[in-house]
Amino acid sequence: MATTTIAKALNAGLRRAMEADPKVILCGEDIGKLGGVFRVTEGLQKDFGEERVMDSPLAESGIVGTAIGMALRGYRPVVEIQFDGFVYPAFDHIVSQVAKMRSRALGHVQLPMVIRIPVGGGIGAVEHHSESNEAYFAHTAGLRVVAISNPADAYWLIQEAIAADDPVVFYEPKRRYWDKGELDETHRGVPPMSQASVVRTGSDVTVACYGPMVKTCLQAAQAAAEEGTSLEVIDLRSLSPLDLDTVAASVERTGRLVTVHEASGFLGIGAEVAAQVQQRCFYSLEAPVIRVTGYDVPYPPSRIEEDFLPDLDRVLDAVDRSLAY
Amino acid sequence: MIQLLTPEGQRMHRREDQQYADIAAELSDEDLRGMYRDLVLIRRIDAEANALQRQGELGIWVSLLGQEAAQVGCGRALRPQDYAFPTYREHGVAWCRGVDPLNLLGLFRGVNHGGWDPNEKNFHLYTIVIGAQALHATGYAMGVNLDGAVATGDPERDTAVIAFFGDGATSQGDVNESFVFAAVHNAPVVFFCQNNQWAISEPNDRQTRIPLYQRARGFGFPGLRVDGNDVLASYAVSKAMLDRARDGQGPSFIEAFTYRMAAHTTSDDPSKYRVSAEVETWKLRDPILRFKAYLAHEGKADAAYFATIDAEADEMATYVRSGCLSMPDPPGTLMFDHVYAEPHAQLAAQRAEFVAYQAGFEGAH
Repeated sequence: MATTTIAKALNAGLRRAMEADPKVILCGEDIGKLGGVFRVTEGLQKDFGEERVMDSPLAESGIVGTAIGMALRGYRPVVEIQFDGFVYPAFDHIVSQVAKMRSRALGHVQLPMVIRIPVGGGIGAVEHHSESNEAYFAHTAGLRVVAISNPADAYWLIQEAIAADDPVVFYEPKRRYWDKGELDETHRGVPPMSQASVVRTGSDVTVACYGPMVKTCLQAAQAAAEEGTSLEVIDLRSLSPLDLDTVAASVERTGRLVTVHEASGFLGIGAEVAAQVQQRCFYSLEAPVIRVTGYDVPYPPSRIEEDFLPDLDRVLDAVDRSLAY
Repeated sequence: MIQLLTPEGQRMHRREDQQYADIAAELSDEDLRGMYRDLVLIRRIDAEANALQRQGELGIWVSLLGQEAAQVGCGRALRPQDYAFPTYREHGVAWCRGVDPLNLLGLFRGVNHGGWDPNEKNFHLYTIVIGAQALHATGYAMGVNLDGAVATGDPERDTAVIAFFGDGATSQGDVNESFVFAAVHNAPVVFFCQNNQWAISEPNDRQTRIPLYQRARGFGFPGLRVDGNDVLASYAVSKAMLDRARDGQGPSFIEAFTYRMAAHTTSDDPSKYRVSAEVETWKLRDPILRFKAYLAHEGKADAAYFATIDAEADEMATYVRSGCLSMPDPPGTLMFDHVYAEPHAQLAAQRAEFVAYQAGFEGAH
């Protein structure tokens, strides 16, 4: 067991995947000598060569479109999108080709590729560098969507995503890249990629979150505990499929659910979780499901982003509102 | 424009086209007759599919009428290990690759979105989003490079990839991005643009200010314009550029200058945007009549041979028609079955709900 960061765990996971399978190749902007703007691919080009760690022309549609072709040739491309807000030029390929090609071919082809996207705000960035666009991709049949929150998941799930025969959109919480956590590279102690994980047990209110909000919610749970309220925190991890069994089992015990994400609330992941939980847990619910989300606005300028982003207080406020029923 | 046959079917001997004439000269009489057969059969398949659409058996059809020579010439220059990425109009290339014509009908009948195994004949599924396949082809070609399957000198191994698209697609970002990626990676890909003059209702001048083949130079690879209604020229130019790719010399661009004789699709009405005099002019350049005149004049084929092919075309039409009519609708569960390779809890639950819901109707009447 060692302490490491999410960025370093991703780097180690990518390295291990490349060692395990020569068909794994990385492509993206500035991922070679620079090691990516977040240094997730640091040192990989030096060790695996320019053919397997490709600095791509600056064209996201081209990056994903050519990755599709490489996957058709038998490779397992791992694409880095430099920032969340830059994925849209590739949106057509992800939605119309990556997601649909297997179905179009009646299973005769598959696209085992991973699209890594640093996601979310809180880093004081300019526009287009702080977005949370996971709902677009979770809404798209044919894709798997994963959002990691800690180094152990970073290390194991990136390998699992690469080994998967389905395309995976892999969200990395950019403001947490340098957060530290435990990682045992010799023993996989984390659940499969498609499962949610109860990261803190509790009895009063279930809090379902993912990605960068997991840390926020764990801090909220700590604060709540000091005031005598017991929160159960679930890290959803997989956004498509959603592991609603784990959420429903928790809500059946607590009777209350708060969902938390940075993305705008309207038609977001929280809305889907709320809809499904009210169907499955109608007789167990003591209060309406409450969503804590970014507002339904374009991501704001950085000087007011803290007003947009859910934080510990907004989570606790939602918990209080839930308990008030 | 590179040409080897006049519109009347006379062999041309222009010095600047000599290297292509030399390539065409390697074709045996049997090859030439085979080309003619391909041209006639694919036109007949196309006509039958058009009729099937008119009779309500296909939802839509996309005719290749007029573009047979561009496609057959190019299709015949491909080797088995090469890989083709078509638009939705490459019926002639599909034919040359050995794809069963019935496979092409499923998409247009609405029983699937394509569904054939692309790796069986190295012919990818039809791509409907304009130009997207140019990037897939380029990425595939980058993979060929990674595999070291170019410039080995082994004709069974060295591999070229070909991307088909039309004149309209040259305006797409994806096509231009594919030029960039192909050039930077020296990818063994040939961009084969059938300039059929019309992108639905928009003529060429809505897409470009310069001849399309001249664009290639700015991306750093050769661009050629060939008479797309001259099957020999299309074959020779395609073979030269495919060989070049297989030999590790990278991408190239072929503009096959041709004409879409029919509507864009069966849903289109070209009388609203183009004059019949233009169509009449292009009729005089018909790719099949031209080649037939050449074969007859050169004594490569006789009337009996042409009659045989006509009879075979009729048989093919019957095959297409009966195959289309007997194509069953798939079960509703098909929509769930190939979305993911690995289990997906929500989809599995939805499929089960669907099956249970459908079962609820059994015996209801």
